Amino acid sequence: MKLGELHRREYGRILASLIRAVGDFDLAEDALEDAFEAALVQWPERGPPPNPVAWLIATARNKAIDQLRRRVMAEGKRDEIAALAAPQEDTPVPLDSLRLLFTCCHPALAPEAQVALTLRTIGGLATEEIARAFLVPTPTLAQRIVRAKAKIKAAGIPYEVPQDDVLAERIDSVMAVVYLIFNEGYAASFGAELVRADLCAEAVRLGRMLVELLPAEREPKGLLALMLLHDARRATRTDDEGGIVLLEDQDRSRWEQAKIAEGSALVRQALRGGAPGEYAVQAAIAALHAEAPSAGETDWPQIAALYGVLAGLHPSPVVELNRAVAIAMAEGPESGLALLNTLELPGYHLLPAARADLLRRLGRREEAAAAYRDALALVTNEAERRFLERRLAEVSIG
Amino acid sequence: MQYMLLCYADEKGWGELGEEGQAAIMDDYAAWGQAIVKSGHYRASAKLGPTSASTSLREQNGKRITTDGPFAETREQLGGFHLIECKDLDEALAIAGRIPTLRVGGTVEVRPVERSSET
Repeated sequence: MKLGELHRREYGRILASLIRAVGDFDLAEDALEDAFEAALVQWPERGPPPNPVAWLIATARNKAIDQLRRRVMAEGKRDEIAALAAPQEDTPVPLDSLRLLFTCCHPALAPEAQVALTLRTIGGLATEEIARAFLVPTPTLAQRIVRAKAKIKAAGIPYEVPQDDVLAERIDSVMAVVYLIFNEGYAASFGAELVRADLCAEAVRLGRMLVELLPAEREPKGLLALMLLHDARRATRTDDEGGIVLLEDQDRSRWEQAKIAEGSALVRQALRGGAPGEYAVQAAIAALHAEAPSAGETDWPQIAALYGVLAGLHPSPVVELNRAVAIAMAEGPESGLALLNTLELPGYHLLPAARADLLRRLGRREEAAAAYRDALALVTNEAERRFLERRLAEVSIG
Repeated sequence: MQYMLLCYADEKGWGELGEEGQAAIMDDYAAWGQAIVKSGHYRASAKLGPTSASTSLREQNGKRITTDGPFAETREQLGGFHLIECKDLDEALAIAGRIPTLRVGGTVEVRPVERSSET
């Protein structure tokens, strides 16, 4: 395996082990960077070691001991060196990754700091990459990470899997971060590019990790299923010019069947036993879409019912908006429109956009045009703007 | 590590609870206090007098200025504090989460004490 690929795949796991061993984010990170640099020089000369991961962990730990030795004179860190120098396993322990994930997603950190820290430490993404993905200047993002690490130390945020009484709440916090990363990749809220594939892939990887590490929990399975089922359609959501292609117009033969199969199997596991969680219900909706041969042959009554379940778990006008669209498909545009007219979502472009679409289907062109204009006044994503402008032109001319 | 739990609540709302309501909260407070003494987390506690009894000092151009009232006029006022000894933030948050102030709409700020100044 190439060193770059190893870095990409194993960085988070190795770092998690090191942080537990040395008890310090910065020291562990520096030591691991040093170890990768050493590998860059030594492996081409002497050939890669039989177990590259073990080599990196052992090397990084020795680098950390060197670092601590240098600090000993000033601060007296003898105990820590003794603990580190004792013989240890040189394989990453899965529990370490889980501990680190809970630390990075601790609710005592600001949400944007949770996201940045998770991508940096668990994902092993470079600070510049994360900054680019979230369209913030690199120094801003670097500072966000530095501050988060400083707070972990100063506030005593533990490096542990939380106790049972708060575990559910803390798993929610981790899942929220993972889903935020996915959504930022899937429907970038700013700029010209609708999809940022690298963020989606990273979120799926984190979701997989959660499922593996918390096998008894059902909602992580629901979350992973939801992401896989959306991700399966990724390539067909935009055309060659980066314009939006609606679900009903997407080329279903190009949907990734492996992801759909995996997602659908996970949905069934997530729904089994007890009341379903939010992610599981959303994943079930996504599975119905993914498995339908066409938009018309989709089980819309079932989708509308699932949105009803979702509204019960998490009442929100956005969920009602989606339920209205499903009802329109199941029973006709008038029924959907009646529900839409009861909703209020100030500043949210998808409400007038949905109204516009139903009015267009009903042939009420002038009202549709007015609703498209309302939506255009609120939209921020460039690809969505172009789509709405195209529709507005269609109802205005024809 | 030591943590300072700073309890903020709306003084007006507290007054509106009535004697009975206040007594019930104070009973819970006493039970909470006894529990953290027993568990060994307790270091210090105090309930503060009202902000109407507060006096603030500042220095301007080398001159001391004395004014009536608290440091800042806010919707919620600092009403008391607890100093506790904990393993980490999660333990401190669990203890702080049981403070009765939260039930009357208050806020508890959990602030670490700098290690060099721990008693």
